[in-house]
Amino acid sequence: MRELITLRVNGESREIAVLPHHTLLEVLREDLGLIGTKHGCELGECGACTVLINGLPVLSCLVLPVEVQESEITTIEGVEINGKLHPLQETFAELGAAQCGYCTPGILLSGVALLRDHPQPTRAQMQEALAGNLCRCTGYTKIYEAVEAAAQRMVQHGGAK
Amino acid sequence: MSKRQSLSEPVVPVSHSAYKVVGTRRPKVDAYAKVTGRAIYADDIMLPRMVYGRLLRSPHAHARILFIDASRALALPGVMAVITGVDLPRKYGILPSSQDEYALAIDKVRYAGDPVAAVAALDPDILEEALKLIHVEYEILPAVMSIDEALAHPENKINDEARIGNIHKAVSYEFGEVEAGFAAADYVREDWFYYEGNNHAPIEEHACVASWEPNPADPVGGKLTLWSSTQTPHYVHREVSKVLNLPPSHVRVIAPNVGGGFGGKSDPFSHEMCACELSRRIGRPVKITCTREEVFLNHRGRHPVKMWIKTGVKRDGTLTAMHFRSFLDGGAYGSYGIASTYYTGALQTVTYTLPAYKFEGMRLFTNKPPCGPKRGHGTTQPRFAVEAHLDKISCDLGIDPVELRRRNLIEPYTHAVNGLRITSCALSECLDAVVERSGWHEFHAAFPSGKSALSGNVTGKTEDVASRRGMGIAASSYICGAGKPIYWNDLPHSAVQIRLDRGGGVTVYCGATDIGQGSTSVLAYIVAEELGIQPEHIHLETADTTLTPVDLGSYSSRVTFMAGNAAIAAARKLKEQLFEVASEHLRAPVEQLQAAEGLIYNENDPGGTLPFAQAIELAEARFGALVSSGSYAPPEDIHGDYKGAGVGPSPAYSYSTCVAQVLVDIETGEVVVEKLWMAHDGGQSINPLLVAGQVEGGAYMGYGEAVMEQQVFRKGRHKIPSLLDYKLPTTLDTPEIETILIEIPDLEGPFGAKEAGQGPLNPVIPAIANAVYDAIGVRIDEVPITPDKILKALKAEATTTRASARLQVLPVEAPSPWPTRLIKWQPASMDGVRIAPIQGNGDGRIPGAPSSAIAKGEVR
Repeated sequence: MRELITLRVNGESREIAVLPHHTLLEVLREDLGLIGTKHGCELGECGACTVLINGLPVLSCLVLPVEVQESEITTIEGVEINGKLHPLQETFAELGAAQCGYCTPGILLSGVALLRDHPQPTRAQMQEALAGNLCRCTGYTKIYEAVEAAAQRMVQHGGAK
Repeated sequence: MSKRQSLSEPVVPVSHSAYKVVGTRRPKVDAYAKVTGRAIYADDIMLPRMVYGRLLRSPHAHARILFIDASRALALPGVMAVITGVDLPRKYGILPSSQDEYALAIDKVRYAGDPVAAVAALDPDILEEALKLIHVEYEILPAVMSIDEALAHPENKINDEARIGNIHKAVSYEFGEVEAGFAAADYVREDWFYYEGNNHAPIEEHACVASWEPNPADPVGGKLTLWSSTQTPHYVHREVSKVLNLPPSHVRVIAPNVGGGFGGKSDPFSHEMCACELSRRIGRPVKITCTREEVFLNHRGRHPVKMWIKTGVKRDGTLTAMHFRSFLDGGAYGSYGIASTYYTGALQTVTYTLPAYKFEGMRLFTNKPPCGPKRGHGTTQPRFAVEAHLDKISCDLGIDPVELRRRNLIEPYTHAVNGLRITSCALSECLDAVVERSGWHEFHAAFPSGKSALSGNVTGKTEDVASRRGMGIAASSYICGAGKPIYWNDLPHSAVQIRLDRGGGVTVYCGATDIGQGSTSVLAYIVAEELGIQPEHIHLETADTTLTPVDLGSYSSRVTFMAGNAAIAAARKLKEQLFEVASEHLRAPVEQLQAAEGLIYNENDPGGTLPFAQAIELAEARFGALVSSGSYAPPEDIHGDYKGAGVGPSPAYSYSTCVAQVLVDIETGEVVVEKLWMAHDGGQSINPLLVAGQVEGGAYMGYGEAVMEQQVFRKGRHKIPSLLDYKLPTTLDTPEIETILIEIPDLEGPFGAKEAGQGPLNPVIPAIANAVYDAIGVRIDEVPITPDKILKALKAEATTTRASARLQVLPVEAPSPWPTRLIKWQPASMDGVRIAPIQGNGDGRIPGAPSSAIAKGEVR
């Protein structure tokens, strides 16, 4: 039986009827059409479904929507604001950090959280923050370079969003 | 290399500084879609009235199907259809010589995971219920789970494709005079190696949506569209038509964005066939998305291979002969396996000069998920074996491993002993680059190799007394596209159409499938370079069997070379038309015209310019609608004339080298790869950013295979079909990777480009294996090199003097005589034959190098 709940996603309040056993990942993709959130295992192993809940990176395949009704949920669609890209999105595109692009939304959300906590992250901090996001294409090198470039760009432009 | 310099080197064009787009670092054309979540992958497709499908898979590794009762599942509300093997009785398979798969098993199941039934239902929750309600009665058969079991138990026959017992394919070749080569050697060494199988593990699971549109007016009954996460829409189109018994004209296959492939999405799959049939039955779109476990069961990954090598060398390290045997654990079905078998032998000859070479390969059926092509297809396992084996020889002879390799490098513009034509080759430069950048000589001068681990001396400079540091090197080569299509024919391998519209728009159509490597971007860069516009100006339609002209698929590292050449051919035709009208408009001869930055101009009169859009209008008024096409097929005379010569030839070969630095803990057996230095000869980079990305990705994947990734089976089942248990490298594991691109243009590649997608993986595994030996003085002859193997080998080395007790890879008891006829073939010359690259030869074979380069190439 479906239950009526309210989720705050990307700054918008959405009232939806969900099956209570469906994960946040399923509800975001299937019920809200936010298909930018990807999945690679549905078991909390790959990091592709990472979203931010109150600013913290969380695996949406391991969360039930009823648990996060009071929370602020950010998906990849909410990282860009009114068509303006986050510096991390710009540098990922410019520096080849997205190859097949499938892990990219999850990595970007982990990266956004990292840059908020560590505006000038070291490689070790990046490795720690992104350890839960598997990427099979890049070998991570271009991802680090993009995070570094975004950090620099954000400092030059007066800090993180 | 005095021998090399004595040959008249071909004139190599180095004119890339004149390019506006080619050779520049720029974002991929789809980069912004991918970073904003806008890129659509197969599972993102949601169609009106769409329902869901799922496969029921066998829990048994080998069993006869006695009966299937789906009546209870069909009675479940929300279930719309259930199909079983009898509903799709036509066999298929990627190779014409291995048509051994059914969409759903009919007589028996051959691995735990073999699909037996498919269900369509309103939602995934109902599917779960329905699968539990299908009753399958099995009679369990003995399972064969390894190469040795497959050979020992021919009576447990798995697959009727095997002519003898479980031997799927056996091949035997001798090139040159192998016995004479061994007789001429000062030293001969033999070794056994084993390479465990592993999975591609793309982060996107296989997924597809099929949509049947009925049309009672059509005698066929309707048309079928399949969106699938595939690297090879062309071959899926072909096989779906066959299995669904539909004319190809009524089937459309589209690959949307593909979330990684690495070879794992190159076969036609059961879930694709079943989605199509379910959609046809219920008249609604059907989506099937595989789970991660199913990705491991679909597999088609790296073959486990046991290998034996015998090599003869002169005292100075010059190779005189090699005899190589491979035994492939193929899993339950053919897949690409016959090609894989040939590939384990075919490319030994194109990295180092071998005057004589014997190859015997054998693929066995086992009750495991079918193996197929993974990045480096069939060449990765022998590369590990050969490079580790050569390292042992260099130690035995007291020759620096770099020097041993340098003395045997294949020469550019020659034929290998097995008849393969080699064109550009910068292996020597690759070797120099990694040796210099890694500080190879300084490292080895400071820390002489090996043998210190057991005596307790510290090798390499480390703080920890249990840690040993070492450095290893390896080299490799790879094809730039298979020289033959999977179905042999005279048709183009790749074609491009370009349409110009009077508003200035440019649309490029090509079947090439972007799996993340950037093939769509490469098309844009090449057309932009030719037409003198920005890549972002171009609309791209790709990977759609109805809308786009053929491209065989993203396998064998073929797309840049082949689709790139086709794109040049198509763009040049339009450019000719534009220049013809521009010549009149600007009152300048065509030869003086240039196209750049959206303008056509007279190079001798910079003031005389014609905007691109205006040139299109003039040309359309003159010629009518502006559409062109170009196509490419590889040259014919690039291989020997023996049966089986079709696997291995390529219009060009890429070359790669790797130096690995490792830290090994001799108490825990842990290997930390500290750094990988990679050099890659991929010809002229179309976009060096993307080429470097491919090299880094290959290095990463090779690292994973070297130290952690493996398919493990227990009691007939995959033991670890999840990303938690199947270890693959995270950010915390992956070493630093330094990439050096050696950009010497190839005369036939588009703008001189070769490949980068697969080749760079190959040297990484042996470089790490050789570094481990350098650190601890003990060889690990089996991949992956895990801590247990290191501890076991260290213990064996310390406690026994008997070589047999230290043998890590047990020899395969090969059938004697070898169960296939030996094919002997002699090259025209033992020293290799000078060759001239083929020049422009009709529509299909226009080389991409600038016209000045072609003229220079003809000098020889």
